Amino acid sequence: MATPTLELKGVSKKFGAVQALYKVDLRCYPGEVNALVGDNGAGKSTLIKGFAGIHAYSDGEIHFEGKKVTINSPKDSSTLGIEVVYQDLALADNLDVVANMYLGREATRMGQLDEVAMERRTIETMQSLSVSTLRSVRQPVASLSGGQRQAIAVAKAVMWNSKIVVLDEPTAALGVAQTKQVLELVRRLADRGLAVLLISHNMHDVFQVADRISVLRLGQMVAEFMVKDTNRQEVIEAITAGEMQTVPGYKGEMV
Amino acid sequence: MSDAKTNQLKTEALDVNETVYTKKAPDTLGAYLGAWWGRVKAGDLGSLPILLGLIAIAIIFGTTSDGIFFRPRNFVNLLLQMSGITAIAIGTVFVLLIAEIDLSVGFVGAVGGVLMTLLLREEVTNYPWWLAILVALAVTTAIGLLHGLIVTKARVPSFVVTLAGLLAWSGVVLIMTTQYSKAGTIVIQDDIVLGITNQFLPKMWGWILFAIVVGIYALTQLAKQRTSVQQNLVTKPMSVVALQIGLLTVIAGGVVAYANADRGVPVAGVLILVLLLFWSFVASRTKFGRYVYAVGGNPEAARRAGINVDRIRIYVFMISSFMAGVGGIILASRLRSVDTNTGGGNLVLNVVAAAVIGGTSLFGGSGKVSSALLGALVIASVENGMGLQTNMPSGVKFVVNGLVLLAAVLVDSFSRRRRAASGLA
Repeated sequence: MATPTLELKGVSKKFGAVQALYKVDLRCYPGEVNALVGDNGAGKSTLIKGFAGIHAYSDGEIHFEGKKVTINSPKDSSTLGIEVVYQDLALADNLDVVANMYLGREATRMGQLDEVAMERRTIETMQSLSVSTLRSVRQPVASLSGGQRQAIAVAKAVMWNSKIVVLDEPTAALGVAQTKQVLELVRRLADRGLAVLLISHNMHDVFQVADRISVLRLGQMVAEFMVKDTNRQEVIEAITAGEMQTVPGYKGEMV
Repeated sequence: MSDAKTNQLKTEALDVNETVYTKKAPDTLGAYLGAWWGRVKAGDLGSLPILLGLIAIAIIFGTTSDGIFFRPRNFVNLLLQMSGITAIAIGTVFVLLIAEIDLSVGFVGAVGGVLMTLLLREEVTNYPWWLAILVALAVTTAIGLLHGLIVTKARVPSFVVTLAGLLAWSGVVLIMTTQYSKAGTIVIQDDIVLGITNQFLPKMWGWILFAIVVGIYALTQLAKQRTSVQQNLVTKPMSVVALQIGLLTVIAGGVVAYANADRGVPVAGVLILVLLLFWSFVASRTKFGRYVYAVGGNPEAARRAGINVDRIRIYVFMISSFMAGVGGIILASRLRSVDTNTGGGNLVLNVVAAAVIGGTSLFGGSGKVSSALLGALVIASVENGMGLQTNMPSGVKFVVNGLVLLAAVLVDSFSRRRRAASGLA
């Protein structure tokens, strides 16, 4: 198999006395959707925040495209090509789609915003991702549906030459039709050769779109499945009762 | 595996229309107006309330003032009356855009006006006019920096900071004016400073100014239209562009003709025009302007996009105080003196009202620099019109002013609710 775009080797995170992550391994390959699943409090967000540069891991290594890297800030992370789409999306409602796509990285010409170039490139990105539900890229984000907003947030993450896109519960607040559109978009990202890490609670979504499933339980990676070789029953068992290593400092099972 | 999954999803995929974003939006004038009416019904009122308000004002004061309201002399007076408010309101628009408020602008402007007046005096420093103005504006800008630093670093709400500022700077005005004059009134004698509001463009120059403004507007609009068409982006119908250029020609031509029938276009009017163009450019064409809107719309999104939100806030308070200083100088020039009451009264209320009436939301993220001009026109018209009512007690005038302000905020609040209901926010 190819070199993983992102590989975490034995990362741990301690918040004071709490062991949030313990020796977690994770691999995300280009062209593949890896679904990160786990119950509430399993450490999914903590895991992501580590390589997104929000807070560093206490222990372990991050490898990016085969090279060991250190990530200390969100900027380090995005420079490497890691883009995270958080659940709240962080779009400015009063600005239009183009302005949101370029927020903080506006194209300028002679000190002026180059609106034509930005609009052109936004349209290209939307078309390349086959996002066709927007009426216009000049409408304010406030007028968009949840699915459209998600699509914009994803497109924004893709537009900046990212190599891995992390999506935090992208379908959590969406209806059936919108969920389908967003999942299609997720699939297209992988088909373009990006590595995708999808965090989800929804087994239906996971089995529809993912190639690989990584199961996190109480801060440990308890299982990794290929979707083609597994079934829902097996994954849910791993989420709720996956076998864990003993964490130093704890006696027996911690529940 | 990937392929199989892709195919499965592709067959389910909706029809993808490749040209969806480049299809021409409303192509005809009728369709464009229809789309506009749709936006109005959805609560995006734009300048409509102002237009209706101005018509109402014209009817009420036109009929109750024996025609004085419509005389060219009164029109030029109106231009002079609104120029100070407009300048200060431009700064206030920026503050409202980031969902903050600056209540200190009246007295900060007064600090600027009084300081300039003092610096011009022989017995103080006897500065030339340009140095006096420069120092006064530098000081007011520094006051804005102070307000901004307290708001961002100490995390005190701007309402409190600038309310304290209102009190403190009014004290400073009092100290400064009584320092050099027992009565507290200091007369301005510099011809150039007085000229801001007492000099008028020769009639010919008024028309040249008109030609420049209309020409630049037409050229930029047409250039924009051309690149949009070349790049195959959504464009306005040509008839709408022509209509807009025509409308500006009529309005600008009317203003110049009307003013020329009296003393001509005042220098202050030109100054306001330049300031409006400059700050409109900053707000709509620069990165900084974009960030101001982003901070007002969603500070968290702005922060995650790598924008230094605190720095933007500080700059905005500096703009507010700087423009307050400009307005204070214009007001001082118009009154030909400063006194202990400079910057007081309902100045700050009028300024905030002007920005809000013009269409800038009190809740941040929405509004235009030009709303300062439109709102100031309404406010100054009401004040001017009531000044012509010789037998109206001043108590009634205050009540009317208050009602106009309330009406403006109500319109903002209703249209906002309407927009939220129709998903335009």
